[in-house]
Amino acid sequence: MSGNESLIRVENLQKHYNKGAIKALDGINTEIKKGEVVVVIGPSGSGKSTFLRCLNLLEVPTGGHIYFDGVDITDVKSDINIHRQRMGMVFQHFNLFPHMTILKNMIIAPMKLQGKSEAEATELAMKLLRRVGLEDRANAYPSQLSGGQKQRIAIVRALCMQPEVMLFDEPTSALDPEMVGEVLEVMKQLAEENMTMVVVTHEMGFAREVATRVMFMADGRQVEEGTPEEIFTNPKSERLQTFLAKVL
Amino acid sequence: MEGIQTWWEGIQQQFYINFIQDDRWKYLWNGLGVTLQLTFCAVLIGIVLGVILAMIRSTYDKNYQEMRPGFGRFMLKILNIIAKIYLTVIRGTPVVVQLMIMYYIILASSNNKLLVGMIAFGVNSGAYVAEIVRSGIMSIDPGQFEAGRSLGFNYVQTMRYVIIPQALKNVLPALANEFIVLLKETSVAGYIAMQDLTKGGDIIRGVTYSPFMPLIGVALIYLVMVMFFTFLVNKLERRLRNSER
Repeated sequence: MSGNESLIRVENLQKHYNKGAIKALDGINTEIKKGEVVVVIGPSGSGKSTFLRCLNLLEVPTGGHIYFDGVDITDVKSDINIHRQRMGMVFQHFNLFPHMTILKNMIIAPMKLQGKSEAEATELAMKLLRRVGLEDRANAYPSQLSGGQKQRIAIVRALCMQPEVMLFDEPTSALDPEMVGEVLEVMKQLAEENMTMVVVTHEMGFAREVATRVMFMADGRQVEEGTPEEIFTNPKSERLQTFLAKVL
Repeated sequence: MEGIQTWWEGIQQQFYINFIQDDRWKYLWNGLGVTLQLTFCAVLIGIVLGVILAMIRSTYDKNYQEMRPGFGRFMLKILNIIAKIYLTVIRGTPVVVQLMIMYYIILASSNNKLLVGMIAFGVNSGAYVAEIVRSGIMSIDPGQFEAGRSLGFNYVQTMRYVIIPQALKNVLPALANEFIVLLKETSVAGYIAMQDLTKGGDIIRGVTYSPFMPLIGVALIYLVMVMFFTFLVNKLERRLRNSER
């Protein structure tokens, strides 16, 4: 993997509920470099989704800082909408817009936010659709697609904004087992093209194969971090060992 | 035999006196026009007002707790209070009283009765539409909102492109029903001397001194219109249910 320029830097990130009674995130520090694929794993309730959602401020942190491309996006004065245009996000439940066709889903943001013409946006959208093999569904509505197709569309919808980083929040957890593969395949392709990715997932196979770095979280903290090799074959902490024993 | 014939001739005569003579049917025809204009425009005003109010109320309900203290949060609170007062006052007072207050007090300087009526009924309808649309907004999956925001849309853009179109589609039958309700409610427009359908019938009654024909006639016209629009609403509802969701 190329590049060692920092893209996202997280400093002492905190997310507390009920005035500190519940600590969903308890001081996360990490750095995500360009071209890196960081896979976040951990038991449910460990705060991994909260961490991911904090990166584009869908969840507002209660403490700490997040620097995106050198800018502190947790600063009240920074305009998060500008930064979000450069960070794609894929959700567990796809969240396609049901009242728009697939193509409209993909071109609306580039047209309204980047000032692209319809032709321009459509050209890029069709190119991306061809890449995931769904160009014949451009004029279908989301409800006419299978779960795996919806998620592939959700990925290319985010890509239409030509983001610098892609955030994946358990992208395969809501899918039927036979559809997981096609979505992971698209993600793998993206990783091969050097897209910076942060992926929260339970797919250990994907983590092992695609990740450049794996981050294990529990109780709102990063317990262990390392290459897939280090995490899966040489887990140091007891917490990670018990977790892996259960999921592998 | 003779009795029935006399009765039938009586009916014909009544019909002639009330509707045909001196072109009295024109009172009903023109009144119908006024009623429809009034209802359509009032519904449009109501929808615009209602959507704005619904946005304020649902924004407050969903976001106020998590907002950073500041001018925006303060403004939202003020707007929400105004919206709540508006809803309480409008829904807590009779529409006839609102209509007269609008005509004799608030817009006393205007002598365009139709316009005053449209505004009064529109403002009234807005309060009901607001609650309909609000329920529509609240029924949209929060994931839709997050998806919009994650693409970089700001709050208002997300509402405009993602949430409101879906919410309106969901509440379209309820909005159409509001139109039907309003169609009947405008029958009190005569209180500010507007010549709507009801007033038209009443004028005929005043001239001919026979209440039966004009009033039953007016009632039938309302009934047919309501049945027609109900039919359309049901058709709409069925089509929406069958469409892509």
